Amino acid sequence: MSASLTLVIVMAVMYAAGIYIMLERSLTRVLIGFLLVGNATNLLIFIMSGRPGSSPIVTGTALDDTMVDPVPQVLMLTAIVINFGITALLLALIYRSWWLAQLGDEGDTLTDEHAAETSEDSEITFQSSTDDEAAVQASLDASEQGSDDDSSGTDATDRADENQPSTTDQEGGTR
Amino acid sequence: MNVLVPLVVAIPLLGAALALALGRRSRYQVLVSVLSLTAVVVISAVLLVLVDQNGPAVVHVGDWQAPWGIVLVVDRLSAIMLIISALMLLGVLLFAVGQGIVDSNRETPVSIFHPTYLVLAAGLFNAFIAGDLFNMYVGFEMLLSASYVLLTLGGTGARIRAGVTYIVVSLVSSILFLSAIALIYGATGTVTLALLAERIPELPGDVQLILGLMLIVAFSVKAAVFPLSFWLPDSYPTAPAPVTAVFAGLLTKVGVYAILRTQTLLFPDNRLSVPLMIVALLTMVVGILGALAQADIKRLLSFTLVSHIGYMIFGIALGTQAAIAATIFYVVHHIMIQTTLFLCAGLVERIGGTTSLARLGGMLKAAPLVAILFFIGALNLGGIPPFSGFLGKVALFDAGVEVGGALSYVLLAGGAATSLLTLYALARAWNMAFWRPRRDVENYDSAMLNALQDDPHDEGTVTTKTTSPLMTVATATMLALTVSLTVFAGPAFDLAARAAADIEAPSTYIDAVFPGGTP
Repeated sequence: MSASLTLVIVMAVMYAAGIYIMLERSLTRVLIGFLLVGNATNLLIFIMSGRPGSSPIVTGTALDDTMVDPVPQVLMLTAIVINFGITALLLALIYRSWWLAQLGDEGDTLTDEHAAETSEDSEITFQSSTDDEAAVQASLDASEQGSDDDSSGTDATDRADENQPSTTDQEGGTR
Repeated sequence: MNVLVPLVVAIPLLGAALALALGRRSRYQVLVSVLSLTAVVVISAVLLVLVDQNGPAVVHVGDWQAPWGIVLVVDRLSAIMLIISALMLLGVLLFAVGQGIVDSNRETPVSIFHPTYLVLAAGLFNAFIAGDLFNMYVGFEMLLSASYVLLTLGGTGARIRAGVTYIVVSLVSSILFLSAIALIYGATGTVTLALLAERIPELPGDVQLILGLMLIVAFSVKAAVFPLSFWLPDSYPTAPAPVTAVFAGLLTKVGVYAILRTQTLLFPDNRLSVPLMIVALLTMVVGILGALAQADIKRLLSFTLVSHIGYMIFGIALGTQAAIAATIFYVVHHIMIQTTLFLCAGLVERIGGTTSLARLGGMLKAAPLVAILFFIGALNLGGIPPFSGFLGKVALFDAGVEVGGALSYVLLAGGAATSLLTLYALARAWNMAFWRPRRDVENYDSAMLNALQDDPHDEGTVTTKTTSPLMTVATATMLALTVSLTVFAGPAFDLAARAAADIEAPSTYIDAVFPGGTP
């Protein structure tokens, strides 16, 4: 059996790089290492199918020695599919461990399905109350302005300014 | 009868698909998985009887003849492994169902347990009936992928940590296995076991040695043979109790089965006998010494699991017919007893609230039945007569004496010591957890207990949960099975001897796959 030297070199480099990267602590690098080593193995299987340049098996051609062996290609395809599945699982695992590292088990509680509706409801409720407050404030200001004109309008604007942050606080709290 | 062979893989796979589709109706899910595994138990029982009478059952999938197509072979060894693993899977499934009913499935928000469990079963059966190396690899990958999901079930921090170790180690061993397959194909031009059995002995000796070593190392990682066993005690105990039980009982034994199959069929001249014996001795001794240092029952059991793999490797290394028969018997015994003991540990964890010996006590009063179950299991694993553990070890030692040689006597001594130490470790665990009165647990001062190492991730909490009767019944039934292996040890051992005779004369296997002679 003869094999292409280029493929052998590529395979060797991929094995070496893959194993080296797999030794890292970071999971993402382990994944990259696994991909390299997995594909190096696929190349190894591929190399077993014989000399490059041989013709593929097609119905109608005569049986001779120059035809490429199809079995390694079949094995390789299966291995690729398996590697693909494992890679997807590893990605999910990496995401999960990242999530745990960021938030810990505490960030793990199920989100409330009705969270959006509740906040919407509360917003509506509080909207009406803030509207009320604004109306009360406006009428107060009006009455104040009506009762004693000598006190300047700055007082009223001060109060309005005081009112502003308190309402936003309320809303922030409910969210 | 050949129709039955592919069914052992097809039924669990279809069951898995159905269970996934029924994800929102857990009752139907349970029904589907219990029914599929029951069907496999029945089919494997029929297969065992038929194969025992008529010789190996062979199926050429899609009528593509070997070595071009995929060939499925059930000989006596495969049939024994099939029936025993199907029984264990069913028993543990019932335990898991019982636990699920009590927990109302809070542990897994998506009902992923049943489909994954069935895929694991299908992969396991596929590895046992595979007639070629590559199909065996596919079976391994199926069961490993399922095991990755089962081990990280729920995705808590501890399980993800343990899962990462387990997954990376398994990936490396899978890649090694695949590379070995590629090289074997390059050297011989086939992956069909029956054809390899003829072609590998024709290869130059050192090529054979390299191929054999690659396969052994790949399988040893899965079988947890020292020094490739470091990952096991860290990863298995974190999983939910039923999952740990299945992993402990079956996953390591697939590795042992693969070593047994390839070493006897492909490399019959047994050139690796001496290194295997040394490795077996180290596995036994190092494993059991690890078990002695554990204060956590699940970790303790994991270490005894590693340790007892050594006995099976010893049998394979000896390689005589008597040794192989003893190994097969021991594999069956060990699958049963280890699964049962882990289920007992699961019950202890729920009733006592922890598996740490430092905080357990008074369990004999709290759960007398579990105490009895654990006690019988411990005696059986430790190898007290008349239980099957004793019988298996005696048969193995007999075979060792027959072979003779200094190394085999060293191994006999190591095996006997391991057996006694196992008994010591388990008796101590039983004394602390069950026999010690509850009131003594606080301020219990003992130099021994302080010297023991607890689970590094143990948070020191005690949370008891209720158990359902189904869990206890499942465990008790499994224990009854292990005891029945003792009662019917005669017929069981005869069957193992016949299976070993098949293995020693590979022509039965080869002729079954190639009735008209090998190409």
